[in-house]
Amino acid sequence: MLEIKNLQVAYGPLLALHGVDMIVRPGEMVALVGPNGAGKSTLLKTISGLLRPRAGAIRWQDETIDTAPPQRIVERGIALVPEGRRLFAAMTVRENLELGAFTERAQQKKRAQMERIFALFPRLFERQQQTAGLLSGGEQQMLALSRALMSLPRLLLLDEPSLGLAPKIVESIFAVLIELHRDGMGVLIVEQNVHAVLELVQRAYILEGGRIVGEGEGRYLLDDDHVRAAYLGPLARGTS
Amino acid sequence: MILAQQLILGLLVGGLYGLAAAGLSLTFGVLRVLNVAHGELLMLGGYGTFWLFTLWKIDPFVSLVGVAPAMFLLGLLLYWALFQFVVKAHEETRIKNSLLIGFGLTLVLHALAIRFWTADERAVTTAYAGAVLRLGGLAVPWLRLTSLLFAFAILTALHLFLAKARWGRAIRATAEDWEAAALMGIPVGKAYLLAFALGTALAGIAGGLVSVSYAISPSIGLEWTLKALVVIVLAGLGSLFGSFAGGIILGLAEATSVVFLGGPYREVVGLILFLIVLVVRPQGLFGSRV
Repeated sequence: MLEIKNLQVAYGPLLALHGVDMIVRPGEMVALVGPNGAGKSTLLKTISGLLRPRAGAIRWQDETIDTAPPQRIVERGIALVPEGRRLFAAMTVRENLELGAFTERAQQKKRAQMERIFALFPRLFERQQQTAGLLSGGEQQMLALSRALMSLPRLLLLDEPSLGLAPKIVESIFAVLIELHRDGMGVLIVEQNVHAVLELVQRAYILEGGRIVGEGEGRYLLDDDHVRAAYLGPLARGTS
Repeated sequence: MILAQQLILGLLVGGLYGLAAAGLSLTFGVLRVLNVAHGELLMLGGYGTFWLFTLWKIDPFVSLVGVAPAMFLLGLLLYWALFQFVVKAHEETRIKNSLLIGFGLTLVLHALAIRFWTADERAVTTAYAGAVLRLGGLAVPWLRLTSLLFAFAILTALHLFLAKARWGRAIRATAEDWEAAALMGIPVGKAYLLAFALGTALAGIAGGLVSVSYAISPSIGLEWTLKALVVIVLAGLGSLFGSFAGGIILGLAEATSVVFLGGPYREVVGLILFLIVLVVRPQGLFGSRV
């Protein structure tokens, strides 16, 4: 279980998260929605260890991880698929996947995990010798997701996985997420595509201005007046 | 005939330019810090070989087996004592801070070298120093040819390490995107440390090879840093063999200028090439990114 208590994160003097509380239970699929600049990416980066909180605590499986370096957090089983994919563009698909299994724990099961991933995304198997930067947007997102899976995570964090992708590809990526979730993996997903993601997850948090302003079951939030007006209404359609 | 002879000498010295540049390119490309003391590190490697030769009569090519690891250790120490604080800074301020630290290091190493070895020019003169390979009317000094082949072999080994080894790939990943590398579980600090130590070892090896065919003195550092910088601009970052080829191009260009313009203009040619490449192809001849 991931437990976040009163988390505050600042960029210099600027406070980006004003005391966030959140939990993700084992194997649970949770969404984090909110407008641009609300602090969603900041929260995911802080969980991954790329940013240090100013105050508050992050606990993962009864261990405090808020001061742990990123490599230890990956080792413990939390992987982030970052915004914009951040692939190693000059390297091949296969090299990207192998780097995903850098930790000791993942090294040992590298072969088996790579086979699982090639079964999940046959496209990547066909393109394994291709340079990652030359893949299509959809293939790149598949690779980014697969690279994170190579670390054998128990909790997967995703930052805007649908950004810039055709609806069909988004559908297939969401389908894979559902499959992973069925196998017991926890998922925390940040999405602009609020309607689709609220139908996907069990629970969701709404983050605005660095504060959690709402929380509830995904389907329930779909009927919530504030959510409808801010994220699902005709005015919001342009950005969501 | 004179041109051909000069071109051969240019090719041979160019390989060493390439090796010197490869080390600087590695630290610059991975850590995004510019170590202007690279030439001084090269000088230290040269004196290391000189010492082993004069004190214990160890053949200079054999002594590299000791000089390279010693310089690797020195690289670890320098990173730990100085450069680890630079890479913690934001990427834009890294270069500026590293310049300051590098210049300071330059002064310290220069002064230490004068203290230990005096300001005299030194050279490693082996029994076989004068041996020459005759090709028609052309003379190819065996020592310099061996050095060139050594330089190439070392770059090939390093290339294979970066391409295939787990930590080699970690270094490349860190160079491309250190945040993404951290998310893979790569300890970015260790990748930086390793890259810096490897760059320092390369400088040391280059210095050892320089000492067998060319004079070394405490003040050669700046000259070699400049050569390495010219080659990096010429070749671009990101490829060891690009650096090697760039070094050879610089060596050949200098040799040509010696024939047509005379010796004094040798240094100028490199800097003119530097300017032309910066204007026409700022990413370098073989570079993939700016």
